[in-house]
Amino acid sequence: MTALLVALGAAVGAPLRYLADRAVQDRFGARFPWGTLTVNVAGSLLLGFLLGLPLPPAAGVLLGTGLCGALTTYSTASYETLRLATAGRFRPAVANAFLGVAAAVAAATLGHLAATALPWS
Amino acid sequence: MGERVSGPEQRRVDPDVDLAVPADRAELPAHPAAVLAAVSAGGVLGALARAGLSAALPYDPAGFPWPTFAVNLSGCLLIGVLMAVLAKQANPPVLARPFLGVGVLGGYTTFATHAVEARQLAADGAAAIALAYLAATLAGALLAVWVGYAATDRLTPSVSGTGTGQRRVHR
Repeated sequence: MTALLVALGAAVGAPLRYLADRAVQDRFGARFPWGTLTVNVAGSLLLGFLLGLPLPPAAGVLLGTGLCGALTTYSTASYETLRLATAGRFRPAVANAFLGVAAAVAAATLGHLAATALPWS
Repeated sequence: MGERVSGPEQRRVDPDVDLAVPADRAELPAHPAAVLAAVSAGGVLGALARAGLSAALPYDPAGFPWPTFAVNLSGCLLIGVLMAVLAKQANPPVLARPFLGVGVLGGYTTFATHAVEARQLAADGAAAIALAYLAATLAGALLAVWVGYAATDRLTPSVSGTGTGQRRVHR
């Protein structure tokens, strides 16, 4: 049952990341990896929010482990930082590395705060 | 690294999909169902591997989150390997990157879990562990992706798709 819920969430999360990445690049260009940064921050905000809610464990597995886990990615973000650095673009490389982590943790904190501030929590 | 591979692949920053790479830009309009199905199926396999590994490894909620750390670093090593292998191919299979890179490795690694784990540690008064976790993941992931790419790049015989057109074996 747990595996099925993880699979269902990931089946949606991974293509959602691909489509969101394309949409962000369409609008803001591909020189800086804004698309990956966007999904990582959005997924961290959502997971922080979900973990602040009194959810049943099954919902946490489906939406947290499955959806948010597959929507966000560390491998893609690291590869981007490496590519920027090896292309000699050190400032964007450092920005991508630190901005990604700082924004994701801030988003997770904000999401959690929002969920716990809601009347039903 | 990768400088011998000339052409659009050199402009790639994003391994998921990079609209500066014409083949990436064209893949969704050309085969929308196949690309999205490959990403989705790969994502399912990657997420199941992550969930399985996380369940198998011991985890202390008050301590360093080793399971996610291990998942993210191993996934970063593998994306380096994968992108180095694909960069050596003159015509890599159209669905290889969507399935293995976007899907399996993207679904396997996670940014959100690592962010909420750090937040939870900090909220529980273990800010030092939270910071050490974030820094170790960042540095370890970068090292892993670099080692994966560089080692594969050196060890894989290269078939030049462009340029001289001759088979060149490195090392």
